[in-house]
Amino acid sequence: MSTVLEHVPQAVPPPAQPQVHYLNVAFGVRSWLLTTDHKRIALLYLVSVTLMFFIGGAAATLIRLHLMTPNQAPGSGLLTADNYNRMFTMHGLIMIFFFLVPVIPAVLGNFFLPMMIGARDLAFPRLNLLSWYVYVSGAVITFWAMLRGGTDTGWTFYTPFSTKASHSLVVPVLIGLTIAGFSSLFTGLNFVVTVHLMRAPGLTWFRLPLFVWSLYATSVIILLATPVLAMALVLVAVERLWGVGIFDPALGGDPLLFQHLFWFYSHPAVYIMVLPGMGVVSEVITCFARKNIFGYTFVAFASIGIAVLGFLVWAHHMFLAGMSVYASLVFSALSYFVAVPSAIKVFNWTATLYKGSVWLQTPLLFALGFIGLFTIGGMTGLFLAAVGLDVHVHDTYFVVAHFHFIMVGGTVMAYMAGLHYWWPKMSGRMYPEGWGKLAALIVFVGFILTFLPQFVLGYLGMPRRYASYVPEFQVLNVMSSAGASILAVGYVLPLVYLIWSLGYGKKAGPNPWGATGLEWQTPSPPPPENFAVTPVVDRGPYEYASSGEIEVIGGGVPEQAAQAAVQEESHGR
Amino acid sequence: MPVFAQIQFQLFPERASTTAERVDALFFFLTAVTGVMGLLVTTLIIYFAVKYRRRSEHDRTPRILGSLRLELIWTIGPFIIFLIMFVWGASVYLAIAQTPDDAIEIYVVGKQWMWKVQHLDGQREINELHVPVGRRVKLTLTSEDVIHSFFVPAFRTKIDAVPGRYVQTWFEATKTGRFHLFCAEYCGTYHSGMIGSVHVLEEEEYHAWLDRRAEGSPALEGRKLFLKLQCVSCHTGDAQGRAPSLEGLFGRTVVLQDGRRVTADASYIRRSILRPQADVVAGWQPIMPSYDRLLADEKEGLGQEEAIIRLIAYIRSLDRDQTPVRTEDFPPPEVNPATSDKMTR
Repeated sequence: MSTVLEHVPQAVPPPAQPQVHYLNVAFGVRSWLLTTDHKRIALLYLVSVTLMFFIGGAAATLIRLHLMTPNQAPGSGLLTADNYNRMFTMHGLIMIFFFLVPVIPAVLGNFFLPMMIGARDLAFPRLNLLSWYVYVSGAVITFWAMLRGGTDTGWTFYTPFSTKASHSLVVPVLIGLTIAGFSSLFTGLNFVVTVHLMRAPGLTWFRLPLFVWSLYATSVIILLATPVLAMALVLVAVERLWGVGIFDPALGGDPLLFQHLFWFYSHPAVYIMVLPGMGVVSEVITCFARKNIFGYTFVAFASIGIAVLGFLVWAHHMFLAGMSVYASLVFSALSYFVAVPSAIKVFNWTATLYKGSVWLQTPLLFALGFIGLFTIGGMTGLFLAAVGLDVHVHDTYFVVAHFHFIMVGGTVMAYMAGLHYWWPKMSGRMYPEGWGKLAALIVFVGFILTFLPQFVLGYLGMPRRYASYVPEFQVLNVMSSAGASILAVGYVLPLVYLIWSLGYGKKAGPNPWGATGLEWQTPSPPPPENFAVTPVVDRGPYEYASSGEIEVIGGGVPEQAAQAAVQEESHGR
Repeated sequence: MPVFAQIQFQLFPERASTTAERVDALFFFLTAVTGVMGLLVTTLIIYFAVKYRRRSEHDRTPRILGSLRLELIWTIGPFIIFLIMFVWGASVYLAIAQTPDDAIEIYVVGKQWMWKVQHLDGQREINELHVPVGRRVKLTLTSEDVIHSFFVPAFRTKIDAVPGRYVQTWFEATKTGRFHLFCAEYCGTYHSGMIGSVHVLEEEEYHAWLDRRAEGSPALEGRKLFLKLQCVSCHTGDAQGRAPSLEGLFGRTVVLQDGRRVTADASYIRRSILRPQADVVAGWQPIMPSYDRLLADEKEGLGQEEAIIRLIAYIRSLDRDQTPVRTEDFPPPEVNPATSDKMTR
C-alpha cells in the first residue's frame, strides 16, 4: 500500500541575491504604465483594487452610521432616503465589480499564476496590460457617474425600475460596468491559455498547485458568464434610452427575463469571487501544516464541479418572482447539489491539518478564519435554498448576512491570507508578524459582530435596502454598526503595516516559509524573467512531508491511481 | 430626541399563521443540523491546530495523500442530508404555493410607495389589511409600476408583486393583533416607507368592520367602468353585438382564431383589455382597441391595475342575460374617456 518517492523534499538552498529584480529593473512612470511584466501589472491592480476597497468601505461606513437610528420620521437620519439608496448601490457596485471579482485573480493570480507553473509571463502580456487599462476606464466612468449623483437601482438593476422609474445616472454606470467586464474577460482568457500552453516541463495537470486549478475554473466561468451580463446591461440601456420594450411589461416586455439574464451571470459570479479564495486557502493550509493536501483530486475536481454546477442554480434568486412552482423546485434541488463540492473542500482542508506541524502564522490565521466564516456562509445558503424557508428570509438581512459571510468572510479573508503569504515574495520584505496576527484577530471578531446580528434581523423580518426601519430592529442594528467599526480597524491596520514593511520590514529571502511551490524557488523579489533557468517539475505540489512513505488513514488511497497515470503520462512524453 | 425612543428588543419574530409554524419547524431543523456540522468542523480545526501545533522547525510530518473511503463518506453523507433539506423545503413551499379554493379573496396592487387593497365586499384600504382570524385568505397581487414584494414577517408570507402579471399567495392567521407589512423588493426612494399593518380580527369584529366600511364592491365598481368605458357598446351580450358576449365567460375555455385554446382566467381577461389583438376569439373581427392607459382615473385615485381588477370582478360576476343596456346610467363619453372631466359619477 505504500510507495517510496525518489525525491525527499529538502529546504531549498537560497540562490544568491540577484542584482536585478522586477522592481529595480526600470524606473519611472513609463516603465510602470507601459509594462507588460505580469508582476508589475499585478501591482498596478493591487493599488487600484485597494483604492476601490476603501472607497466601497467608506460607503459601507456611511450605511452603518445611517442605520444606527430607525429614521422613521421624515428627514431624520444621517442621509436622505435617496442618498441612502445611492450609497448602498455604490457600495455594492464598487465592491463586487471593482474589488471582489478582480481582486484575487488580477492581483495574486496575475503575479503568481505564471510563477507557479514555471513560466516567464502570461500567454498574452500586452492583453494583460490592456485589461488593466480597461478596468481603470470602467472604474473611472462608473466613479464619475457616482460623483455626478450616482444611481439608485441597487447593484442588481432590476427592471422595470432601472429602465423607467429610476431618476438617476443609470446608463453611464451601465457603460462603466460593461467596459469593466471586458477586463475580467481578458484576464480569464489569458489564464486559460497560459495554463494550457505554458506549464513547465514535467508539470502535468495533476501536479498543478490547487490555486492554479481554482484560477482555471474561475477563468472558465468568467469566459462563459460575463458576456451574458454585458448583454443584459446593454439591453437595460437600450430600453431606458429608446423605450424599446424588452423588460418593461407596459412596453410588452418581461421583467423576469432581466432577472434570468442577470442572475445567469451574477450567480456564477459568486463563484468567480470565491473560487480563487479557495485556491489560496489550499496553498496556505498545506504550507503552514507542512502536509500534502488531503484528497488532491477531490479538491481540484470540486473546483470544476462548482464551476459547472454554479451555472445551473441562477434562478434560486427568483423563487418569489412569479416563476413556476416546478422551476423553483428544480433550482432548489440543484442549489443543494452545488453545496456538495464546497463541503468536500472544507472537510479536506480540515483533514489536511491532521498530524501536521501547524504553524499559526498570519496567513494561516486568515485561512482558518476563511474556513470558519465560509462554512457559516455556505450553511446559511442551505437555509436559502430550501424554497419554503426562502419565502420568509428572501430579500431580508438574512440574505445580506449570508452573502457577506461568503464574499467578505470568504473572499476577503482568503485575499488577506494570500497577501500576507506572498507579501515576502512580492516585496522582498517580511510584514510585522505580531501586527499581522492582531489584524487577523480583529477582522475575525469584527466580522462576526457585524454580520451575526444581521441573521437575527433577517429572520425577524427586516427587509434589505431599507433606509428606515421599525424601532424594534434598532438594538441589533446598533450591534452590527459597532462590529463594523471594529472591522474597519482590522482593514486599515494591514494597509498601514504593509506599507511600513516596504521600507522597514525584515529582508525576506527567497523562501521564508519553506514552501514547495515553484514561485518560492526563485529570489524575492523575483527577477523580471522569473526564473534564471526554466524549472523542471518531477513531483506533486505539496511534498512537505519529511518521509517519502505514504501513510494511510481512513482506507483507500485515491491519489495512487492518479499518480500512476500521471507518471505514465510524463514517461510517455 | 433620545437615540433610543424606547428600547424594544426581539430575537425571534412573532408566529401568527399556520404557515409560520411549518416554516419555523424547518428553520429549527436546519439550524440544528448545520449547527452540529459547523461545530464538528470548528472543533476539529481547533483540536488539530492545538494538538499538532508546530513545536520546532524540524517537526516531521507524515505523507498522507487522502482516503477514498473518507471522501465518499463526506460526499455522500452531506448529499443525503441536503436531500432531506430539499424535500422538507419543497413540501413547505408546495403548501404555500397551492392556493385553496375556499378562501376569502382579496386583491392587492402595489405602487410606488403604497399598498392598495380591494376586498370583494367593497372595502378599500391603503397600507392596511383587515382579515379574520382562523380563515384562509387568498391574495391576488400585481403592481402598477415596478416590482414590489408583499411581506408579512409574522405570517412568514412573501410574494413579489410583478407588473404585468397576477400572482397569488394565501395565509391563515392564527392570532388576532396588528402585524407589520413590508415591501421587500427594492422599489425606489421610499421603499422603506412602503410599510403598513395587517389587522387580524375576530370573525364578528371582522364582519362589523366589513359593514362599517362597505362601499361599492369591485364587481359593482367594475360594472360602472364597463358602462363608462362603453365596453357594453360592442359586448352587448346578444346576437347583435360586434364582440363576443362576456356572460358566463370566466373560467370557460375559449377557442382563438389561430386555433389555440385558452382558459378565460384573470390573466386572459387582463391581456384582452390591454392587448386585444393578442388573443382574438375565433369567429370575431380584431376590431377592439387597446385600453392600455385609458383605464386610470387620477381624480378618483384609481390606478390602471385597480380598474382592471374591478372589470375582471365584474366579468366574473356576469351571468346569463345580465349584460346591462348601453343607455343605463352612464351617457357615452364626449371626448377621450381618460382625459374627460365630465366622466365622474
